[in-house]
Amino acid sequence: MSESKTRSPGTQTNDGSKKMLIAMVGIGVVCALLIVFTYEGTFGRIEMLKAEALEQAVFKVLPGITKTGIFELTSEGKFIPSDGKDRTKTLVYAGYDDQNTLKGIAIEAKGQGYADILKVLYGYDPASQSIVGFYVLESKETPGLGDKIEKDENFLSNFNGLSVALSEDFKTVINKVIPVKFGTKENSWEVEGITGATISTRAIGNIMGESTATMIPLIYQQQESFAFAPNAPTK
Amino acid sequence: MSPELKNIALKDAPSSTDEFIKGLWRENPVFVQVIGMCPVLAVSNSAENALAMGLATAFVLVMSNVLISSLRNFIPKQVRIATYILIIATFVTMVDYAIQAISVDLHKSLGAFISLIVVNCMILSRAEAFASKNTVSKSAIDGLGMGFGFVFALFCLGSVREILGNGSIFGFPIFPESYQEWIIMILPAGGFFTLAFWLLIFNHYKLKKAKS
Amino acid sequence: MFSKTLHISTSPHIRKGVSTDTIMQNVVWAMMPVLIFAVFSFGINALLVIVTAVVSSVLTEHVLCKWSNKESTISDWSAVITGILLGLTLPPIFPLWMTFLGGVFSVAIGKFVFGGLGYNLFNPALVGRAFLQAAFPVAITTWQSAFLEGRFFSISSSVLAFPFAEPKVDSISGATPLSAFKFDHVMTDSSDLALGLISGSTGETSAVIIILGGIYLIARKMMNWRIPVSILSTVFVLSGILYLIDDTIYPSPLFMLFSGGLMLGAVFMATDMVGSPITPLGVVIYGFFIGLLVVVIRVWGGLPEGVMYAILLGNALTPQIDNFIRPRVYGTKKTKS
Repeated sequence: MSESKTRSPGTQTNDGSKKMLIAMVGIGVVCALLIVFTYEGTFGRIEMLKAEALEQAVFKVLPGITKTGIFELTSEGKFIPSDGKDRTKTLVYAGYDDQNTLKGIAIEAKGQGYADILKVLYGYDPASQSIVGFYVLESKETPGLGDKIEKDENFLSNFNGLSVALSEDFKTVINKVIPVKFGTKENSWEVEGITGATISTRAIGNIMGESTATMIPLIYQQQESFAFAPNAPTK
Repeated sequence: MSPELKNIALKDAPSSTDEFIKGLWRENPVFVQVIGMCPVLAVSNSAENALAMGLATAFVLVMSNVLISSLRNFIPKQVRIATYILIIATFVTMVDYAIQAISVDLHKSLGAFISLIVVNCMILSRAEAFASKNTVSKSAIDGLGMGFGFVFALFCLGSVREILGNGSIFGFPIFPESYQEWIIMILPAGGFFTLAFWLLIFNHYKLKKAKS
Repeated sequence: MFSKTLHISTSPHIRKGVSTDTIMQNVVWAMMPVLIFAVFSFGINALLVIVTAVVSSVLTEHVLCKWSNKESTISDWSAVITGILLGLTLPPIFPLWMTFLGGVFSVAIGKFVFGGLGYNLFNPALVGRAFLQAAFPVAITTWQSAFLEGRFFSISSSVLAFPFAEPKVDSISGATPLSAFKFDHVMTDSSDLALGLISGSTGETSAVIIILGGIYLIARKMMNWRIPVSILSTVFVLSGILYLIDDTIYPSPLFMLFSGGLMLGAVFMATDMVGSPITPLGVVIYGFFIGLLVVVIRVWGGLPEGVMYAILLGNALTPQIDNFIRPRVYGTKKTKS
């Protein structure tokens, strides 16, 4: 910040501009120092809170787990353990119980909602081939309407046992997850909407449909890569 | 400032309680001066957000007032605005980090409006109109008065909007389960309506006082 | 320009025997068949909603006039029209306390803060409805099916919801043709639409009766026929073009004309004398703008219906239109269009 300020008045060398230069640089340096100190002082806690919030979400969507591990999707479509720092990668979170057996995988997905991009996290249980939990990470949907996707119990119950069963060759989801109107849910792969929040619930249904169609076959085929690794960064 | 001018200024100088009350009530930045409206309308959708935003702004106001008035003889006139912005931006960045460290959720709901405190005209106007001409202690009191006036106004808006729009205050429900929320009150349009309502009350009160 | 001894007064210099009150009364008469059909198709619920809207509008006008130490202006019938229009745009099972609030808001914020009749920028009834739409989005999109058994005797529990309490909706709600199309791609028969055998807001369902009311007003020269004609033809042409491009995605132009509040809005709301432009060309531009917005909101917007917002935005554009399109003063050269 202080560097950029020094350039502008520096061409003339009379007393006035020298004074200006000193004042600006001096204040700039003091300000920069203040910011650096605050940053250093709060950095650790901010990182911790952010990681905690994400971890809590993982625990929410995967019931019955006690430990988590982070994995990233490589460009070849393989999952490798990750430290979760690189947010540009597609990250998934594996959840384990006390015996270190894999209980499920939490997957992040996003898409266009009514107001802005919606970011959700959902838990996949390979044993029952179904979605077992759902949590909205980021949403700017209309309060009182679209934001029911975070609270409406009937809507959230869609994601308790939402079927994403795979075909025989484990390459595709047999029935793609689709949104349906409130009161018309007939099959376990349908996401029943909320009256008055049609657009937001449809968006969620479509986000889930897109994400599960690509991620679930990949994850199911590579279940062994999610085996509990004690030296992997877990918490 | 020449010595004579200083003397005149001192003679007519109001007491420090006067200075405080001025910002809180008589020259309230929101209800009387109607400045710094961006956060007033945008983040007053709940009492908690309003209070957090108000306190953050008040902190920046007090700190920048103190620093600017203590440096007032050192800052060259030609670059004063740039310097003020630099100082204000520093405190805003500090507040931004502090709020993140307090609660991620709170930071999420205040969002971009924290950074926008930098361009809140209330802070710059106090720096230019008051802190650059007055002593450190007076500037501090002015900042406190204006800051708390701002907190008070934001809280007035935030509580009305949360009660009507969400049926709660500070997140605690105050109506029976069957209460119908007025969604519009937590939408931006509700901010304008509530502000108009408070300005109406304020002006009505002022007119009445002026008449009697 | 003129000698100072000349007596100058603004036009009109020759007055017709028609006063504001007479025009307003005629508008009320023109709306009567719409009202009767609303009560006929939706029963006592619709009657209660409309009566409440009228009572609250008139009451608000009266009280605000008294507060500001003015003579009460309720006798000019404008508050009655605002109330009827508001009632006609609401769903038949809309809670009465919300209707009352809407009436208060229409007159207080939609008309009175601007200075009363003749000064309001927007159609007051639509301001009230926009407020209700934003405040209670669920209640305002809960519809009753038309021609239910026993509709003249049973009052819906939703209508009688306790003030400030959430309405309990009984299981008689039906989807409007527009929302059925938007969310489920179900088309409603055009003849049902024209005759009003569908669910919707109390007064918007029967296009034929609304058109008859409009023709009456036009025949009596109390309404500018260019406004409804330009709105409806714009909607027809634009949606016709879209329909020709791809009839699987876009609705047919007839469906667009006869569904939702378009007829009611074009005939009774967009024609509000205060909120619409003065010149013939200005009126056509105004109508085109509203028609364009209706098509854009219905086809690409997130909401199934957009007539209300289209008219409000048209009202907002009116001062600009009047500013740019000025009639040539008699005897002077045309300066700029």
